[in-house]
Amino acid sequence: MTDNLPSNGVTDNPWRRLREFTDARIGLGRAGISLPTDRLLEFQLAHARAQDAVHLPLDVERLCHDLAELTNDAPPCLVHSRAADRMTYLQRPDWGRRLDEASRERLSHGEDMPQAPFDLAIVIVDGLSSLAVQQNAVPFLRELTDALEDDSQFDWNLAPLTVVEQGRVAIGDEIGELLNARAVLVMIGERPGLSSPDSLGLYLTWAPKVGLTDAYRNCISNVRPAGLAYPEASRRLLYLLRESRQKQLSGVQLKDRTQDDVIDHQGDGIRNFLIS
Amino acid sequence: MAEEYNYTLGGQRYRFKGLAELMAKATPARSGDRLAGVIAASAEERVVAQMALAELPLKTFLEDLLIPYEADEITRLIVDTHDAEAFAPIAHLTVGDFRNWLLSDLATPEVLAGVRAGITPEMAAAVSKIMRNQDLILVARKCRVSTAFRNTIGLPGRLSTRLQPNHPTDDVTGIAASILDGLLYGNGDAVIGINPATDNVAQSVKLMRLMDEVIRKYTIPTQSCVLTHVTNTLEAIEQGAPVDLVFQSIGGTEATNSSFGFNLNVLAEARDAAVSLKRGTVGSNVMYFETGQGSSLSADAHHGLDQQTCEARAYAVARHFDPLLVNTVVGFIGPEYLFDGKEIIRAGLEDHFCGKLLGVPMGCDICYTNHAEADQNDMDNLLTLLGVAGCNFIMGIPGSDDIMLNYQTTSFHDALYARRVLGLGPAPEFERWLAEMAIFDDVANHRLNDRLPDSFARSLANLPAGADHDG
Repeated sequence: MTDNLPSNGVTDNPWRRLREFTDARIGLGRAGISLPTDRLLEFQLAHARAQDAVHLPLDVERLCHDLAELTNDAPPCLVHSRAADRMTYLQRPDWGRRLDEASRERLSHGEDMPQAPFDLAIVIVDGLSSLAVQQNAVPFLRELTDALEDDSQFDWNLAPLTVVEQGRVAIGDEIGELLNARAVLVMIGERPGLSSPDSLGLYLTWAPKVGLTDAYRNCISNVRPAGLAYPEASRRLLYLLRESRQKQLSGVQLKDRTQDDVIDHQGDGIRNFLIS
Repeated sequence: MAEEYNYTLGGQRYRFKGLAELMAKATPARSGDRLAGVIAASAEERVVAQMALAELPLKTFLEDLLIPYEADEITRLIVDTHDAEAFAPIAHLTVGDFRNWLLSDLATPEVLAGVRAGITPEMAAAVSKIMRNQDLILVARKCRVSTAFRNTIGLPGRLSTRLQPNHPTDDVTGIAASILDGLLYGNGDAVIGINPATDNVAQSVKLMRLMDEVIRKYTIPTQSCVLTHVTNTLEAIEQGAPVDLVFQSIGGTEATNSSFGFNLNVLAEARDAAVSLKRGTVGSNVMYFETGQGSSLSADAHHGLDQQTCEARAYAVARHFDPLLVNTVVGFIGPEYLFDGKEIIRAGLEDHFCGKLLGVPMGCDICYTNHAEADQNDMDNLLTLLGVAGCNFIMGIPGSDDIMLNYQTTSFHDALYARRVLGLGPAPEFERWLAEMAIFDDVANHRLNDRLPDSFARSLANLPAGADHDG
């Protein structure tokens, strides 16, 4: 407990040990009534990382190289949305949802593009966090492709991988449609939080086509080592993929039953320390 | 049918196809209006539109309805509740005259309160479009709107805060920790309000009970709210849950509100239910609304209107239900609607002004997301400006970081900064409580106690060090 104002001008908060129970920035202490310098700079660093995640471009070359290594296959097909640059992208979500003409052309008439109907197209999109994609896409995909290969229920004929620059979630629907895929999985960098600049989101659509709304998609969020770990994310996604394929639908009619037990973890045994 | 509005400047004739287009083009530039395709084509066209708008009689807005009466229940609400008698003192003015009148010494706080019911949201939006930021501040400061439940919010010289102890999994200990932090920084007089991580009735009732117990144990003169859908709160009331305030996000068109899953009848039913509980001790304002520019466009329900005019129409909904609190969540929606700090600051001042002019107890969630071109300095600016403008309340959250909603809003520290530099106090009942609990050594001079107050020290002692809160 702090009895007197220490000579450095900072008053610490004895309840800071409650940080054990929450990631909220409690017990920061104060200089007068203001943030102490170290807490201020911690915040600035977190915000700087989140901004970098939005604005630093995806290192496409490195990603494609790593993906080719993972799949033992040709490098992924690189496409671009109608949003020419990041500033445009941030202000025109509608353009981020559609492919530019050259990309459409490439996916519709590519000479080396296999034409068979596919069970699933996997689309990797930079979205609002290049960091999320750069750090999580390859290791998660490794987990997922293993799970799909080992699946005893279905064979999964995968469309060629695509990587999208300046894309939003819905661009996957256009790509899935052009590739003649029965379902599309979008792996996208989510809007960065202050303490989670690297969250990857997974979106599944059955029978993708241009113009579908969020009601037709299922989402698994916060995929990253400090959030939803890759094996668990892959387990939940495989469940959704199978259910979707079996029922031939996705979105609000497809419920993720793997999560029913999760939220109600605070039973009656837990007392609120403020009133006990 | 929409009338055409024309303006001639230096031999050139400008045409505006209808009042909606004139209003949109007169609006200071922002990304959401660009996205909607309603923005002025050039900086000059914008000012010409403002000149044309300034010449328009206020009466025009009673005749040329932006969304048809038959098509929209909010238009019907605005028209049917318009008070012609209150309007009489300003009925002869144009929009440009109205700006002069509002700034003039004729418009005292008493006079402004008297004409309130005669002002429609469209008139408020129109005049705001030709006002500079300092005009918005100066006039808003004269518009006093005070409300009450267990304390009194919005008195002159006061700035209240919503304590927002959100947690990504609604963990009881985590939420309690943030409540403690906020109270010990003198926050929480507007409301202790939780955005639940899971939106269902059982979860909401659990959180309502948690907050009710804390408020009763420490006899805090404040109120609680779980920010869940209005229909969930209605169900919670039926189950006998301790509901202080009913929350709902609202928009300025019927179609926006349909997309949110409610209409005006539902709000009326919920308000009646909450009032009947008689839980307020010094007043019976039981509604808490949140708004924000861009919500109608986002719901594809904007009828070709600019986003600021849609926003002002939401305040007609709010004022009809005598809310305790209304806040514009100004930077939450993202850069496609408000691109940067400059646009967020302008929108915050517009919303506060329009709300106050219409008689709404306006607060502001001064905030931004990480993909907007904004930072803490922009928030400091808007916080200071709104403090000067007499904003009723702001948010208070640990270290500005909402770990559930992933955005940044004002912190407990920020509120104390604003109170100290502007000489503002919390709600008077809450201020007395802060002194009694020894949270402050000197409330009037904004000096916190350097020691942990006894009652809270005892509560902390309940928690064994290293306790497993899941066990």
